[in-house]
Amino acid sequence: MNASNHLVALGTIVRREVSRIMRIWSQTLLPPAITMTLYFVVFGSLLGKNIKIHEHSYIDYIVPGLIMMSVIQNAYGNISSSFFGAKFGRYVEEMLVSPMPSWVILTGYVAGAVVRGLIVGAIVLGLSYFFTHTRIAHPFATLAAVLLAAVVFALAGFVNAVYAKKFDDVAIVPTFVLTPLTYLGGVFYSVEMLPQPWHTVSMANPILYMVNAFRYGLLGTSDVNLWLAFGVMVAATVILGAVAMRLLHRGVGLRA
Amino acid sequence: MSPVPALEVDQLTKTYASGVQALKGVSLTVQPGDFFALLGPNGAGKSTLIGILSSLVNASGGDARVFGHSIHRERRAAMQMIGLVPQELNFNIFETPFQICVNSAGFYGIARDVAMQRAEKYLRELSLWEKMDAPARTLSGGMKRRLMIARAMMNEPRLLILDEPTAGVDIEIRRAMWRFVSEINRAGTTVILTTHYLEEAEQLCRNIAIIDKGTIIENTSMKHLLGKLDVETFVLDVTANDAALPDVPGVRIVRLDEHTLEAEMSRTHDLNSLFAALSARGITVTSMRNKANRLEELFVRLVESNAGVAAA
Ligand SMILES: Nc1ncnc2c1ncn2[C@@H]1O[C@H](COP(=O)(O)OP(=O)(O)O)[C@@H](O)[C@H]1O
Ligand SMILES: [Mg+2]
Repeated sequence: MNASNHLVALGTIVRREVSRIMRIWSQTLLPPAITMTLYFVVFGSLLGKNIKIHEHSYIDYIVPGLIMMSVIQNAYGNISSSFFGAKFGRYVEEMLVSPMPSWVILTGYVAGAVVRGLIVGAIVLGLSYFFTHTRIAHPFATLAAVLLAAVVFALAGFVNAVYAKKFDDVAIVPTFVLTPLTYLGGVFYSVEMLPQPWHTVSMANPILYMVNAFRYGLLGTSDVNLWLAFGVMVAATVILGAVAMRLLHRGVGLRA
Repeated sequence: MSPVPALEVDQLTKTYASGVQALKGVSLTVQPGDFFALLGPNGAGKSTLIGILSSLVNASGGDARVFGHSIHRERRAAMQMIGLVPQELNFNIFETPFQICVNSAGFYGIARDVAMQRAEKYLRELSLWEKMDAPARTLSGGMKRRLMIARAMMNEPRLLILDEPTAGVDIEIRRAMWRFVSEINRAGTTVILTTHYLEEAEQLCRNIAIIDKGTIIENTSMKHLLGKLDVETFVLDVTANDAALPDVPGVRIVRLDEHTLEAEMSRTHDLNSLFAALSARGITVTSMRNKANRLEELFVRLVESNAGVAAA
């Protein structure tokens, strides 16, 4: 297979993933739109009216975090359920018997997950305009942060799907790991408001860096050093990418 | 110089994580253009061998070459040559036959316009074109099997491997499938087939390997194998009679029920002495037929003798 064959194979996976997202839009695109609208209404408009953080109104402060939360959850959810579905329905074998190299399979699925993350992110951003005027202070940083975060969680979701043996196994991580880390990752508050030792403990949470890098992109405000934030995301991409490639290469969970 | 074999299997072994030793050093060669049967009882290791060839199962040891390309060192080149029709259904049942075929071609790097033309060609040849847009889960069992054949043809493989493709498919559709595969074979594609329908193997295949408990116990031409069969078994319908059975030298006689006897003897053995001995006991033969499927018989005998060796 040469480069153009690889591109065809990659395009095939991405096309299949995107058409899956569109076909089951009521499971992929609608739920985050509803949930995030509720967050905007309850926390932004009703409860947060009189709260200000770092000179920003509360709704403005939580918009970046809520967008990032949707991107992370949907990138993760897309790849883990789609790839596990392919394993469960055995049609992952169509890819395993083909001459397609492992990196094409991984890239295709990650790209599909990133597309879902970006579509959902755009929907939530669009919804935020019903509640406030969201500015984008640093477009490049915004895009870089959202892309990197989506890739990191797509890779994590892929690793999850490789090890999963039943559908419960891909539901456990979002419920018991992703959601708590997101809530504790500075979506709703500034970690500077936390007393010690919780401030220091929070620094071990990778989602904190993603939320803050993204918040810097939109509002120009961050609780953490920007270079550190991007450094954490790049490092997570490299490590998880290497793990995913190794699992695919050895056929863990895929080849008997 | 002899041509590069379509398939050379070299001392393949497989021990599953469960500890089951599914292949114990399997070697065989399939020549280009051959129609090759791989026969063996359930659990013999056929699907394991096919799984290793098509990179669905990791081998524990040994190697295999597909038209000279090692499945380990040149996996991509080897996979490019293979079309696989697996034993179990493995397509996305929510996709349509057309999508399934076009996507499969995509995984082989085949440009989309070419893929769509091929999908139409093979779905038509396998009488699935009317269903091209129906969700695959709505297809009948026979259609699902044919869909897997159409999909396996999308990369126009030089080696087509079918793992029990006709299991549970009714006779009409089975025949249509064999017409298609025979046609492909005549056009130059090497075909390897596992089946439970032994008469199918007998009619279709030129060469045969028999595998049992992870070991090849026979690997020869179909003609030679059938020639080895020098023993014949007859089923005799007799008038009701409970007389003791006679002793006829060279003939093994068994009573199946009140009306039926079975007699096994060498092909060259005369029948007169059998009839004479039966008449002497007052047993009248009303009709007689050759016991069905010669290959079946041979197969059972080979596997039985292998079991004897294993037990010893
Ligand atoms: N994934 C697996 N894990 C453990 N054992 C397996 C697996 N697949 C097959 N086996 C075992 O390996 C042996 C050979 O099976 P298989 O290759 O499917 O035989 P066949 O296709 O000839 O019926 C059997 O004992 C079977 O139970
Ligand atoms: Mg089998």
